[in-house]
Amino acid sequence: MTVRDLLTSEKFSAISLPDESREIKNVYIGDLLSWVMGRAKADDAWITIMSNVNILAVASLADTSCIILAEGVTVDETIKATAMDKEINILTTNMNIYETAIYLNGLL
Amino acid sequence: MSEALTFHYVVDGQDFTSAGHASVMVKKNLRQLGLPPEKIRQVSIAMYEGEINMVIHAGGGVADVSVTEDYVEIVLTDKGPGIKDIEQAMQEGFSTATDNIRSLGFGAGMGLPNMKRYSDFMEINSVVGEGTTITMRVNIN
Repeated sequence: MTVRDLLTSEKFSAISLPDESREIKNVYIGDLLSWVMGRAKADDAWITIMSNVNILAVASLADTSCIILAEGVTVDETIKATAMDKEINILTTNMNIYETAIYLNGLL
Repeated sequence: MSEALTFHYVVDGQDFTSAGHASVMVKKNLRQLGLPPEKIRQVSIAMYEGEINMVIHAGGGVADVSVTEDYVEIVLTDKGPGIKDIEQAMQEGFSTATDNIRSLGFGAGMGLPNMKRYSDFMEINSVVGEGTTITMRVNIN
């Protein structure tokens, strides 16, 4: 499944989409950035409610395929621009983390 | 053996929002050098944790990265408060970070353990009141 495939569902919308062809191989959930950094795998979709600028560095270094902000969380314009610049896909959904995980499980 | 390729970065201690900049630059450089993705990931994670630590605890510092045929070496040097008890600092979950830092998603006590986990060699030299130097190596071969 690619990030583009996720967006065909109306449950997700794109905040930043520089590389929609990124493959999603698995899912990781977490808000503690160091924890995520150490445990998330490359090509994971990362579900979080954290929305500060440091999520971009974590996603970039851990090489996740996208950040999914749950619970309708969004980011400001500066972060959005930086995400485009650093080629980080960010999606948002109104589902909570558990619902998002279940939804993704059905697609993987 | 050919000479090591070196990179030098200043890690700004005032700017928490740009923390990670040096690690992202290193990642980009290693990619251009054609290193295996898993090795690049190891170096990037280990270095990012170190960079964040310098911003959180030491008011910034410098990072020197050298790439040889056999390994990538990262040396992080700061003039911060030093680490009182290294053994304690190495335990997962132990952290002296403030609530403010925690609200940003850091301070989980995973920094140093992650650095150790993702490097093949790590050495910490720290003097309380003077600063800390951490050397990490990730073997390429």
